[in-house]
Amino acid sequence: MMSAQAQPAAGVRLAAVARDVTKRFGRTVALDDVGIEIRDGESHALVGRNGAGKSTLVSILTGLQAADSGEVSFFGEPAPALSDREAWRRNVACVYQRSTIMPALSVAENLFINRQGKGLISWPKLRRQANELLESFGVDVDVTKPASDLTVEQRQLVEIARALSVGAKFIILDEPTAQLDGPAIERLFDRLRALQDNGIAFMFISHHLEEIYEVCQTVTVFRDARHILTAPVAELGRAELVDAMTGEPGGLSVPGAADRPDVGEDSEVALSVENLTGDSFRDVTLRVRKGEVIGLAGSASSGKHQLAETVYGLRKASAGTIRVSGEKLKPGSVLDALRHGIGCVPRDRHHQGLVLGLSVAENAAMTVMNRLGPAGLVAPGRLAQVGRTAIESYDIVTSGAGQPVSDLSGGNQQKVVMARALAGDPDVLVLINPTAGVDVKSKESLLGVVDRVARAGTAVIVVSDELDDLRVCDRVLVMFHGQVAAQFGRDWSEQELVASIEGVTE
Amino acid sequence: MTKTLSPETATTPAPASGRRQPIRFARFRDLALVPAIIVLIIIGAIVSPTFLTIGNLTDVLQQQSALALLVLAEAMILIAGKFDLSLESTIGFAPVLAIALVVPATDQAHGLGTEWPQWMAIPLCLLIGAAIGGLNGLLILKFQLSAFIVTLGMLITVRGLHVGVSGGSSLFQLPPSFMYLGFEKWGGLAASVWIALIAFVIGIIVLSYFRQGRSLYAIGGNVDAAKAAGIRTNAVVWTVLVLGGVLAALAGILETGRLGAIGANMGEGMIFTVFAAAVIGGISLNGGKGTLFGALCGVLMLGLIQNLLTLMSVDGHWFGAINGVIILIALVLSRLTTGKAQE
Repeated sequence: MMSAQAQPAAGVRLAAVARDVTKRFGRTVALDDVGIEIRDGESHALVGRNGAGKSTLVSILTGLQAADSGEVSFFGEPAPALSDREAWRRNVACVYQRSTIMPALSVAENLFINRQGKGLISWPKLRRQANELLESFGVDVDVTKPASDLTVEQRQLVEIARALSVGAKFIILDEPTAQLDGPAIERLFDRLRALQDNGIAFMFISHHLEEIYEVCQTVTVFRDARHILTAPVAELGRAELVDAMTGEPGGLSVPGAADRPDVGEDSEVALSVENLTGDSFRDVTLRVRKGEVIGLAGSASSGKHQLAETVYGLRKASAGTIRVSGEKLKPGSVLDALRHGIGCVPRDRHHQGLVLGLSVAENAAMTVMNRLGPAGLVAPGRLAQVGRTAIESYDIVTSGAGQPVSDLSGGNQQKVVMARALAGDPDVLVLINPTAGVDVKSKESLLGVVDRVARAGTAVIVVSDELDDLRVCDRVLVMFHGQVAAQFGRDWSEQELVASIEGVTE
Repeated sequence: MTKTLSPETATTPAPASGRRQPIRFARFRDLALVPAIIVLIIIGAIVSPTFLTIGNLTDVLQQQSALALLVLAEAMILIAGKFDLSLESTIGFAPVLAIALVVPATDQAHGLGTEWPQWMAIPLCLLIGAAIGGLNGLLILKFQLSAFIVTLGMLITVRGLHVGVSGGSSLFQLPPSFMYLGFEKWGGLAASVWIALIAFVIGIIVLSYFRQGRSLYAIGGNVDAAKAAGIRTNAVVWTVLVLGGVLAALAGILETGRLGAIGANMGEGMIFTVFAAAVIGGISLNGGKGTLFGALCGVLMLGLIQNLLTLMSVDGHWFGAINGVIILIALVLSRLTTGKAQE
């Protein structure tokens, strides 16, 4: 351990405290004698790699699970009994990555679910209360609309408003920014600061370290189920923070494009997109040469995801052509894209990337099942071979090729998706948010793979907002409202790139 | 590879080679019902001297062969993440219509007057099954309706067609091909048993070792991920639904031949036993999980229980109640032995 848990100054109220908490699942120790203290009105970051014990601590702090030993208290009072959900809700609320909103019910009902009042429900009154609540919070949505119509940003605000209206003064945000674009993140942070001024305490979980520096006052690092350090954010350098998370000095070593030899003009064009128009983008033309890595950046509404998904055939273009090595692809056919040598890491691994119940080997081989034997035969030996190769090449931590991917951590799951994309030795690799929600080590490993395949001559498109992901790119195209608005070479600076993504022009 | 073994897997006896282990584990889960079947056989041997005779056991197998084919069909459809309730109507309607098209339109035979050649009975029957499955597929996949309600509607419609075509009475005049499959013995075992067995063996091999079979698990587990991996999900599901109809029609042929007639209520209520056998055998109602071998064990288990009840001369009026309770107990037991929550 690098330092003891921070000692609060006398007189500071503690919003939430966990002390000496230990939790085991079978033989696995999920939390080993850890502690955290969140002061009233502070924003406290909890960081650590996947598997560090963050989620377990969240479930203990929210009363979903009991600790094996140790104590939890809120504002000096011991935590209520596990069965008393109401009391927990008055103390703490958590906004998860996955929504806890019921999509078919109206916004108003979602806000007051299970507290609609005694006796018959008065719908006009419920709507009025909901309007008042959201108005006081500065959220402008129609409360009669079904919650499924909300944007991610609005949904989070509704969840926070709901928690506050129950009386919670301590809110846990689990990767709140993962699905938001730049301006929405800024708006969220502004709101967090305002709420903090009103005495609301936050525990903030994020893989995005810059955000911690922007919005948090204190940071606690967990690693391998242990508490590593707690320190004021202002006193902790980025390198130190990464060191604490990884347990290795040296920080994040993401490969940069500059380390690769230049891709000359004479390198063959692997992918060419001509005047492509589709969902949320129009008239896009771009060429990617063999061995070249292209970044596609832009806000969530820029159309970059849709463009990438169209190239892989997940969406159908309404006009224009996509060619791989000169051959035209059939629009909207993943099968045709695969046949012509395109591999893809889709936007969300849980949605399109993995079949959680199936093994590492089957997931990794899913795009090449037709190559494992004659007439569709999947020879078990060949399948296991694909699995083992994937585990070795992409550094997947698993008990074996036969383990279901549901047992793996997020970072390792993402490596399986990468393995699936690369199983057919594609000439063109399309990566959409390749490092979303993965820890620092996995990120290094995944971006290392991008560097490796580019050196071997694969053309790569990386769709991402993460600056770390874009460092590996030879060129970065910034999309804005469905069109390529700007292009940067290897020597882009953070400021100009971010400004361009946000649509700020000088 | 050995250094990454997690604590859980390290406690199982070390296999000769690390990579064989996952496969062995999967097999072990498959065999969860085998102890229960052995216990049933032992109980049977104790309570009835006739139980363990070859004659009785082959009878059990023959009685279960039609059910087994339905379970095979349903298990594949469930693994692919869909439903088919209409199988229980197809098993009766497909043979009824096929027979009505080939027999004369007399009062006894109830033919439709077409009097097509007798050899066409079996191909026609299978074709009708395929058509019903295909129609289900059209409604579920093209019109994107709920599989549950589509096949429930189909169940009622097809049952009604059955009653309409047969005029509500039983058909006794069967084409020779039906009688042959119902009564002929191949190597001492009824033809229908062989057919069910072969169908299961093919099914197990395809679902374990062929891309087309494995794609059912991918589709049932996560249809979007399967699409993104280039699997033509609609084509695969449609094929499975058509195949399910064909298997139900085949089951109808075997059952008709075995009984020597088709009642107006053939197959009625059977779908519940089909689902019970599949779920007891470890097939998940949410798709993507379970094996055909497990489903086969589920069928055998239910068959043995029924046979035991008959041999113990339980009052026939209580059969339904006892059967239902046993299905519930079997579900609880299989939940305990597999240790996984059923969905």
